[in-house]
Amino acid sequence: MKVAVVGAGPAGVRAVERLVAAGISPVWIDEAPDGGGRIYQRPPAGLARDARTLYGFEAKRATSVHETLDALKPKVDWRPETLVWHIRPEARTLNTLSRGRQAEVAYDAAILCTGAMDRVIPVPGWTRPGVTTLGAAQIALKTQGCGIGRRVAFLGTGPLLWLVAHQYAKAGAEVVAVLDTTSFATKLRAAPGLMLGGMTFAKGLYYTAWLRRRGIHIAEGVTPIAIDGDDNGVTAIAWRDAAGREHRAECDAAGIGWGLKPEAQLADLARVPFRHDPVQANWVPVRDEAGRTPVAGIYLAGDGAGIGGAEVAEIAGARAALTLLADAGHRIDPIETVTLDRRLASQARFRAALERAFPFPTHLARSIADDTLLCRCEGLRAGELRAAARAEAATGPATEVNRAKSFTRVGMGRCQGRVCGAAAAEVLAAELGCDVAAIGRLRGQPPVKPIPIPAPVSAP
Amino acid sequence: MTTDCDVLIQGGGGAGCSAALHLAQRGVHVILLERGLVGSQASGVNYGGVRQQGRNPAELPIAKRSRELWGRLKDIAGTDAEFTVTGHLKLARNDEEEADLVAYLDVAKQYDLPLRLVGRNSIHQEYPWLGPKVVAGSFAPEDGAANPRLLSPALANAARAAGADIREHAEVVAHAHDGTRFHLRTSAGEEFTAPILLNMAGFWGGKVAEAFGEPVPIEPLNPNMLVTEPIRYFIEPNLGVVGGNVYLRQIPRGNVILGGGHGESDPSVPWSRPLPDVSVRAMELAVELVPAIAGAQVIRSWSGIDGRMPDRIPVIGPSRTTPGLFHAFGFSGHGFQLGPAIGAIMTELVLDGRTDIPLEAFRIDRFGTTAA
Repeated sequence: MKVAVVGAGPAGVRAVERLVAAGISPVWIDEAPDGGGRIYQRPPAGLARDARTLYGFEAKRATSVHETLDALKPKVDWRPETLVWHIRPEARTLNTLSRGRQAEVAYDAAILCTGAMDRVIPVPGWTRPGVTTLGAAQIALKTQGCGIGRRVAFLGTGPLLWLVAHQYAKAGAEVVAVLDTTSFATKLRAAPGLMLGGMTFAKGLYYTAWLRRRGIHIAEGVTPIAIDGDDNGVTAIAWRDAAGREHRAECDAAGIGWGLKPEAQLADLARVPFRHDPVQANWVPVRDEAGRTPVAGIYLAGDGAGIGGAEVAEIAGARAALTLLADAGHRIDPIETVTLDRRLASQARFRAALERAFPFPTHLARSIADDTLLCRCEGLRAGELRAAARAEAATGPATEVNRAKSFTRVGMGRCQGRVCGAAAAEVLAAELGCDVAAIGRLRGQPPVKPIPIPAPVSAP
Repeated sequence: MTTDCDVLIQGGGGAGCSAALHLAQRGVHVILLERGLVGSQASGVNYGGVRQQGRNPAELPIAKRSRELWGRLKDIAGTDAEFTVTGHLKLARNDEEEADLVAYLDVAKQYDLPLRLVGRNSIHQEYPWLGPKVVAGSFAPEDGAANPRLLSPALANAARAAGADIREHAEVVAHAHDGTRFHLRTSAGEEFTAPILLNMAGFWGGKVAEAFGEPVPIEPLNPNMLVTEPIRYFIEPNLGVVGGNVYLRQIPRGNVILGGGHGESDPSVPWSRPLPDVSVRAMELAVELVPAIAGAQVIRSWSGIDGRMPDRIPVIGPSRTTPGLFHAFGFSGHGFQLGPAIGAIMTELVLDGRTDIPLEAFRIDRFGTTAA
């Protein structure tokens, strides 16, 4: 049986571990040179730092994932630095590109563990050099041992905001402000549910307290005004506090992010249906709790199947592999599946509380000013998208998100809407006066990520 | 519920929307039924070429008339749909292809189409960015390109303003003719009747014709299209080749749009997608024409569904089985440029009973498959 696993983060590692244990040697594909996923991304060879410095509380988990990954490599067809840019579920083939070389991988079953990326809300100045996502700020620190600036402000919401701020302060950067757009009251309401998270919840409290103790400016319930700067980059961040007072802090870099969204392009190309999850405020591919999709041979695990975090990803990866094995007629241990299912269910309750504690600030996305750059690839401002939704547009109003893309090029550029899509959908829905789920989802098209035109081969 | 009107149009591509506009402008009560959104298939996903050069001679009178409408599109539809007169440069990569270019000069002359041969001595001087495989070209200065995503919606919008009733998400599931009127029922259960029906349903036009006893040999045609990230703007003309296995153009914002070969589709959904090996082959052929695009990142690819006839020209004209039925479908991958004129011509057929454009070559019974 030919099995392909895409992604070598926590979900992919635990999936491959189960497959190998069952005597299957899958093709295992990852974009990064050395696996680990975004969360446990490893520094390049030669940059030696200990796991505790790199991953903090997660060091033990990270080390375990890395050790398992390294032990599995010789037992599988390991293909690092490889992009899966297309999938044809009808033919059961994947198309890959690695260092300029095209290849086709045939599979009978595939587990897609494609991870997540930051969700961004455009703020005036968000495209300046020196502004990165929270995830990118963290990866710079983790894999390159460098920060995005010396004096850094962090803006957004979610656990990552506090974690990254803590990591930067610990690494010696001056953190000038941690600005959470979620109010303290909102978090407090979710507190009972967050208790379910146990350690994860405790870690969150620890980071906040740690930052406060060091006198770092912390504000909750803020409204971003702008990230100011000049040709050389960022000079300051401005915001309005919960009471409406304006503030400003000088800085040379800013990390921003409002939670995560699944990197589900491959599931989309595999023709897995999607549903809008109102709690996550994300479109997520449809799968059952065991990781099985309605598309024959396609299984999903990890954040690419809906945001759950690294711990959930490990469990879901193992679970999806067991599902695949069971579907293929292998005998699997029922006790193990029950245990995994129980852990997934308990994590799901915590996750829902987390989403309620740090909700995607729809109101901020909907109120992006007309002259703020919304789609940076295509240079489209929020006002231009709003105009396309109105009846006086020459094409008639864009009443659906793919029509808006057609008419205005929103989400049509290099990132294919991965960066601007969530905010653009809210802007369009607000202008049309409807719920974001009602305007649909940006259609995915190959390639999953850009692929270069090859050099000419024929001699003159 | 039954709705009466003067003319029913099935299919909201460029041609159907143009017909709705032209009919409404002459005071006709017209209803257009579109299964999805207007311009969703062939009219909206094609390459965007607005080209006369290289066409089957039978199409040239229509193309010429359409070119005149394209020049006035802003007045007609409220937007020029980014129509730009860049010229179209058709390239030859060997002696045989060059002979083909030379032969077409006579056709162009006969139909009054301005065309200039760029021979071996000057092709690389005039276009220094062309690759060494190119040996000659022929340049049509009046041709160009437009944004296909805008044409049909803008025509539909103008048609609405002129009084046409454009119904989107109205899939026709049953056709009937009672001797004097057509009865169309949609999947939502609505019924529409009119004495005249225009079949402008692209690939699905074959199904409509079949419903009235005149089946035709039509196949789905899926263009395999790609676009790159923006790069320095340097490719001014719209480029094609003899044989048509690759075509590319660059828009001033920098993106290079290229196509070649065919993707896959399931018209019953409808669903279509480019094929990976075809996309890679199109890139290889394109970079041979213009080596400087090597390394540019392809950011998106797409396809759609058009209808292809065996002789690669559409069916246009009255039905041979049913009075009041007129066809215009099966544009075989090059209907985008023709769309605006097709609407005008169909309006003349319906209201005046005649048109100056010769349509003999496009008659539906040319395949000898009509049952009646």
